[in-house]
Order: sequence, then structure tokens, then C-alpha cells
Amino acid sequence: MQWETVIGLEVHVQLATQTKIFSGASTVFGAEPNTQACAIDLAMPGTLPSPNAKAFEYAILFGLAIDAEIGERSVFERKNYFYPDLPKGYQTTQLDEPIVGAGIVDIALEDGTVKPIRIHHAHLEEDAGKSLHEDFIGMSGIDLNRAGTPLIEIVSEPDMRTKEEAVAFARKLHSIVTAIGIGDGDMSQGSMRFDVNISVRPKDQAEYGTRTETKNLNSFKFMERCIEQEVQRQIEVIEDGGTIRQETRLYNGDTHTARAMRSKEEANDYRYFPCPDLLPVHFTPEAIEALRATLPELPDARKTRFEENFGLSPYDATIIALDANTAAFFEVCAKQCDDAKLTANWLMGEMASQLNSNDLTIKDSPITAEQLAGLITRIKDGTISSKIAKKVFEAMWQGEGDADTVIEKQGLKQVSDTGALEKIVDDIIAANPAQVANFVNAEPEKRKKMLGFFVGQSMKASKGQANPQALNQILMTKLNQAANS
Amino acid sequence: MHNLTIAELVKGLQNKTFSSQELTQQTLDRIHAVDPTFNSFISVSDERALQQAKAADALLAKGDAPTLCGVPIAQKDIFCTNGTLTTCGSKMLHNFVPPYDATVVDNYNAAGAVMVGKTNMDEFAMGSSNETSFFGSVKNPWDTNCVPGGSSGGSAAAVAAQLVAGATATDTGGSIRQPAALCGITGLKPTYGRVSRWGMIAFASSLDQAGTMTRTAEDAAIMLQTMASYDSKDSTCVDHPIDDYRASLNNSIEGLTIGLPKEYFGEGLDPGTQARVEEAIKQFESMGAKVKEISLPHSSLSVPAYYVIAPAECSANLSRFDGVRYGHRCENPADLEDLYKRSRGEGFGDEVKRRILVGAYALSAGYYDAYYNKAQKVRRLIKQDFVDAFKDVDVIMGPTSPTPAFEFGSKSDDPIAMYLEDIYTIATNLAGLPGMSIPCGLVGDKPVGLQLIGNYFNEAKLLNVAHQFQQATHFHTLAPQFLKGDK
Repeated sequence: MQWETVIGLEVHVQLATQTKIFSGASTVFGAEPNTQACAIDLAMPGTLPSPNAKAFEYAILFGLAIDAEIGERSVFERKNYFYPDLPKGYQTTQLDEPIVGAGIVDIALEDGTVKPIRIHHAHLEEDAGKSLHEDFIGMSGIDLNRAGTPLIEIVSEPDMRTKEEAVAFARKLHSIVTAIGIGDGDMSQGSMRFDVNISVRPKDQAEYGTRTETKNLNSFKFMERCIEQEVQRQIEVIEDGGTIRQETRLYNGDTHTARAMRSKEEANDYRYFPCPDLLPVHFTPEAIEALRATLPELPDARKTRFEENFGLSPYDATIIALDANTAAFFEVCAKQCDDAKLTANWLMGEMASQLNSNDLTIKDSPITAEQLAGLITRIKDGTISSKIAKKVFEAMWQGEGDADTVIEKQGLKQVSDTGALEKIVDDIIAANPAQVANFVNAEPEKRKKMLGFFVGQSMKASKGQANPQALNQILMTKLNQAANS
Repeated sequence: MHNLTIAELVKGLQNKTFSSQELTQQTLDRIHAVDPTFNSFISVSDERALQQAKAADALLAKGDAPTLCGVPIAQKDIFCTNGTLTTCGSKMLHNFVPPYDATVVDNYNAAGAVMVGKTNMDEFAMGSSNETSFFGSVKNPWDTNCVPGGSSGGSAAAVAAQLVAGATATDTGGSIRQPAALCGITGLKPTYGRVSRWGMIAFASSLDQAGTMTRTAEDAAIMLQTMASYDSKDSTCVDHPIDDYRASLNNSIEGLTIGLPKEYFGEGLDPGTQARVEEAIKQFESMGAKVKEISLPHSSLSVPAYYVIAPAECSANLSRFDGVRYGHRCENPADLEDLYKRSRGEGFGDEVKRRILVGAYALSAGYYDAYYNKAQKVRRLIKQDFVDAFKDVDVIMGPTSPTPAFEFGSKSDDPIAMYLEDIYTIATNLAGLPGMSIPCGLVGDKPVGLQLIGNYFNEAKLLNVAHQFQQATHFHTLAPQFLKGDK
């Protein structure tokens, strides 16, 4: 049977506010446990939440970025459950009146088409702390530094049909969040986390299948693997005559497996009700418009600009414009070396593959935009070939200095000097009489193909530093001379 | 000196008739001597009080002292006091010492008041008789076989026994006004949002409001002037101008329109109580006030609505008491669930557990609309009743509680009978209005309270009306038998 996958995402984004959503404690990541938790975060008796206006503004900015309706009135609710890292015994969140209503996020598919993904809503809430089970024998530790960190939870409609679409959507959200500066997007620190709702159905069936929700995915790679596995699991269960249980599953990033946490029947009754400590929040249309005016350029607009101003292809522009940091890197580099196409190629080629294999983002690149521009400039002015440039890039990545330093130190400067190249070519011709004879006896139109051998030999003799154009020129001249003599 | 009012103590201190240290020492001595009978204090802070008194005397000597400088007061043990035990009347917090002051405590500290101790209360302010306190019930100074009312029974008894001239209290459904009535003193619950709730341990957040226990309306005005403040630490605190409450005390009440809700004089009201209240109304008429019968048609729904909303809020508010970070923790928990179940099972008393269960039930899936949502709709109707009534009247009056003080144990096994104690006070909390109870005479040898309900943020009017009554009557000067001859 032909199966169709249906995917919806719930995305938690930590907002990059200085302080927590309801207290003045710092939100900086990585501090000693419980050093960034004040009386409010500890839920000491008598403490009350003081809303952080910045968190509201950030949530509204996100809403404006996806053209969503902004609730003029938004209400916080208490979601009740007991857990040691939830100090109040309830999470302050939103349910019926969220701050951001329905919106649309367009994703670019590999075939070049654009697909709109509907956002059901996005709401503000506080993060919980962390339970630490490893470091204590027979006990658990609680770190409340993260408790009260502001989050928006973005809830999509079940509009995605493949894991690629889901990843494209997740990446697009990541790009919007970082573009408008409301989150740092650092997934290794949990700044963005995904819950994936997955179901399958026969290709021509209208109703959705029973879905499962897998929680705790904090990388695009995990998400892709998780969807792949879960879709496979569901199809196998159904094809073996079973049924899918509506359940919550937890993904383990170490083992790359997910396990069922609880079924629908065991689900908590969270007993939501409006938080009586927090009044409904109102934003006037004027306040919302004032925030709109502060919105920076968004990825879609940036993509169009890169096409128009830098002459990038739609594909290149989409990829480079997606991430704010990559886009900024591109602009600096392309302007300095005055070659957008080469910059794009390097960013999507060598740079992307180095970042990927080292699991880094462009912010962590040891090579700056200025340094990459320096390297590209040396390609353009003929100092080095593209091939040597890769070697130089490698050295720059290892921290051996900028392009000129590496070229100088390793003596990689391209040999364009005609005398030196002629000497190399003469030696190669002299050393390979048989190949020269073959060349001479061949039909003129076939000679071009046979030139490769001599180019390779000469290039090797020059340790790769021969200027390819100059070398070709000299070889052709000399071999033709031999043929005609 | 114990029979002096706050206004008189302020005068005596500023005129150097006595020092704060003398006054405070006497107050402490008297508490240690007398309070074992009444149990109105959970803790007494001799050392802290004498330090504050010393500092107050230094300020008084300089002649630039703040309003309550050197005056001993008591804080209800629901207000967090930095470095001083704060129990909320519960075993759950029998060992809890907060690292911060409630805003109310802050305000009194800034005004130079001396805190002599923390008063007893129903556990987590849940109760109308003070019988639910983990620290034992408070005895009514008028009759030690009777309850002082609750939940602020400790504050009411301490003021009635003249251990302190003023005490703080809180009122969620009548917890200031009912004990004030049963102990024969003046209790004031301000408008919701007038006083900061920061540092006041929450029972039902949308109803809780701090207020004062004093013997006179003038003292209530002095106490409220310090207590009221806008506080950004409490989002529900309202940034509304604060009147000069003493300035209008002597305004004439000629032409005042008093509304008498017919629903407050029906079945269940003790005839003696009704007689005292009606005499008080006649007194107002003789002072030039007009009386108008009004209707608050949804009155009968206030107790049921309250006993959905307040438990619902408390079920979440009390979730933080889980044995993890502070307060009572069971011995040797086997696992997390055991830790929760035993810490909470051991830490909370029956009434608290009952309300948590009721509240969790009212909020649970399938019942939310029938209970919580319906109660909220009723709450809006009750509020509208008052809004409509205040179009025609300046003040609403009626009994504070249906009966005078009752005996220990007489209602403690019947939660509904206990809940009906607050039948006349609860609607005010649901509407968020200010209310007072002032003494209006005795039934037998027990005091009766007259309830005054004012319009939003019109505490000045309530205090003015109450003060004028007290200028014309002597009921507020009546004292329990044990004080006779004790000068």
C-alpha cells in the first residue's frame, strides 16, 4: 500500500531576554546550578510573578514576522502537575487566548516550489528547571537556573508530508527567530526544541491516522531520524494488523531511539485555569505597529535582495539568506572580494562541509568573512588556483593565518612565469617520447583529449602550482610545434 | 498603657510621655503574661522588637519620626518576615524562615512600627473559627469557650485583649471582618488591589486582601495609610491614588444614603444580632443618614461560587508545598511519589486537604465548565449586583456574621455550617469591594459586628462613616470581662 505521512510540529523557542519571564533572575546559560534562581523562581511562599515586557515584545515580533494575528488580549493559565523541577507545581502558560494567533510560514522545497505551512498559534510560557540524575547516588539534583526562562511555543497545523518538509519548516523557523533576534537559536543549549506529531494514512484516505508525539528533539538531524523511524514503525504496526496508540514518546539523542512515555489514557489532567496572579495583557494596535517598525529584514525579503543585488540564483539565494549569520557572513565577504558567485560557492561548498563535519555554526567558524574574501581575491587575481585554494582554506581552518600568510609560508603561489613553465613542459616532453609520438600521430581533433596526460604530468611537476591557463597554452604550443616539425 | 489606641500611642511617643522601648517592653511582658490564655501569637519576637524600639526611640529623639514610629503592632503569620519564622498556621511551614519581607511588612518597617510577633490563624487562612491552626486554636477574649472567628482570629484576639493596639490581617472570604465582629473590634478589608500581596502567602489569589485590625476606625485609617501602596511586584496591585484617610474622618454624614440588602436580613440571622444591627442603622438615621432597602439578587449564590473559586485557586497555590525545597518533608521518602504523598499528607491539616481536593475536582476535565466556569459567571453577576446598588447608595450595611461567637467544636464537624459563617462577607471578596466590621453592641456578653461595604477604592468613605458612628456611640470601647479593672 502507498502511505502518506502527516507531520505537525510544536517548537519551543527560548527567548533571548536578559531576565526571566516572571522574575529578575538572569537567563545566561551555563552558570553554576541554582545560582540564577531567585525567590520567585524557587516558588517561595508569598512570591508573585512580575511579567517581563521584553518577552511579550519578542513574542509579538515573532507573530508579526509570520504575519499572524496578534491577540490584543492574552491570558496566562496555570498548567498543574507535580515534578521536582517545576517549583510552583504548575507551569504558567497560555491556552485559550495566546499572544500570537494563526499565521503562515512558507518553506522552499528542493524542486524549487514554495509550500505554505499554517501556524495554529504561538504562546508564551515559562520553562521548567532541570532534574539531574547522574551526579548523585540514590538521589536526584534539581537545577532551577532554567526555571522561568521565557519560551514561545509555536504550534503548526499538520501540513507537512515528508521529513524534508518538516526539517525545512524547522530551519525556516530557526532562521526567522535568529533574524529578528528573539532567540539565539543555539540548539545545543536547548534554545530551540521540537516536539513532532506524526501519523500515517493510506495515500488516498482523507482522515488522519492516529498520531504519536515525540518530544525532546534538539537538532534537525535528530528530527529527521526520528521521523524516519517513527513513520517506519507506524507503517509496520499497521501492516502487521495492529493499531497505533495515541501516545507521547521520548527521543534519546544518544541511542537514536524513541520510547513510549505515556498513552492518551494515562495522560495528565492538567486542570488549566486562568492564573489569578496575572491580569490579562493588552497591547494596543499602536504598540503593535511600533514593534512592527523595529522588525529587521526577514529571510524571504533577504533572499529576493540577494537575487536582485548580488545576482545569485534563486537556489543559492534561498540557502544563503535563510540563516541570519550566514547571510551577514556572505554580505561582508561578497562585498570585500567583489564576487558574489564565488562567495556563495565557497560558503555552500568548503565552508558548509567543514561546519557540518565539525558540528559548528557559521558563528563558530575559525575563518572570518574578511579572511575568506582574502582567499577568494587571491583566486581571482591568479595568485593561486581553485585547487590550491582548497589547500589554503584547509590551513586557514587549522588556524595557520590568513590566505596570504599561508600562501607565503607554504610557497603555494601559482607559477605563471612563462620561462619556468616552459622549462617544466620541455622536461615532460623530453621524458615521454612515446606519448608525444601518439599525440603527433593522432587526428588533430583527438589531440585535445590527449592533452590531459601532459597537463597532469606538468601540474604534478609544478607541485600543483602551475597556472592552469598558462600551462595549457604552453603545452598546446609546444606539442603542436612537435607535430608540425 | 495597653488600653491606649494607636492615635494615642503615637501622641504619647511623640510627646515623649513614654519611650518606644518602655512601651514595647510592657507590651512584650503583657503578651507573655496574658497570651497563654488566648494563644493569639504563634511567635513573639522580643529581641527583634526591642531592637526596632531602640531604633524608633533614636528617630523620635531626632524629632523627624515616621507616622507609626515606635508603635508596637502584630503581623498575621501569613506575611513573610525576613529572618523570622512564618508558618501560615501550618505544620507544612512550621520551620520556614523567609529571606524577604512582605511589602506590607516593609511598609510598617519603613513607618517605624515595632513588630512584636506573629499572630495565630487558621491553617493557610482556611477557616472561620481558628480551629484549623496547627498551633492550636485561639480563644475568644470575651469568652474562652468560644472561637474568635477566623482566619485572622489571632490578630482579632490580640487587639481585643489589648495585647497590641493594631494588627495586620487578611481577608479572603471574611477573615478580617468575621473575627473582628466576634471579638468586638474594628476590622477593615480594603479594595482588592489596594494593598500589595507580595510576601503574603496565597490562599486564593483573586480574593486575598490584606487589611487591619484595630479598636477604632481612626486607628484603622492610620494603619491603612501605611499599609496601602502601589507595588509592581504584585501585578494585581492597582496604581490608584491613595487618599488621606484621616483627613475625611470628621466629615459629616448628613445625607448619607445607606443601602440595606434585604437578602442580608433573612433566614439564619440570629435575632439578637439582627436587633443590634437595626439599632445601629437607627443611630445612623438619627445622625442624618437616609436608609434605602436594596436587593443583591445573587447573594444566595455567593457561598457556593466562593467554595468553587477559592478551592480551585488554592489547589494550585498550595502545590508548591511539595517537600522539595522548604517546609515539611517526610522522613526517608522511598521515591518521588512517596515524598509528595507523605510530605503533603503529613504537612497539611484536614480543612486544607478538603479544599485542595474540592478545588482540583472543580478544575478537572469534564467538570471545569460545570463548576469553575459557572462559578466565574456567578461571580460576575454578584459584582454587577453591587455595581448597580452603588448607583443609588453610598454605603451598604448589614450584619457581619449571622451569629455572635460560637463554642469550640460546635461547627468544626460540619463544614457547610462553618462556611455559612461567611455568608454576608464573601460577596464582598467576590466583587473585590472594601468592607469593614465595627462593634455595634452585645448579645448577652458577646459582641456583634456591623458590616459596612463601600464602593471601589472608597475606603475613606467607610472610615469616615465608621468614625462618625464611633464618635456617637461607645460600643468600640466595650472590653472583654477579663480587662475590667486591668488598667
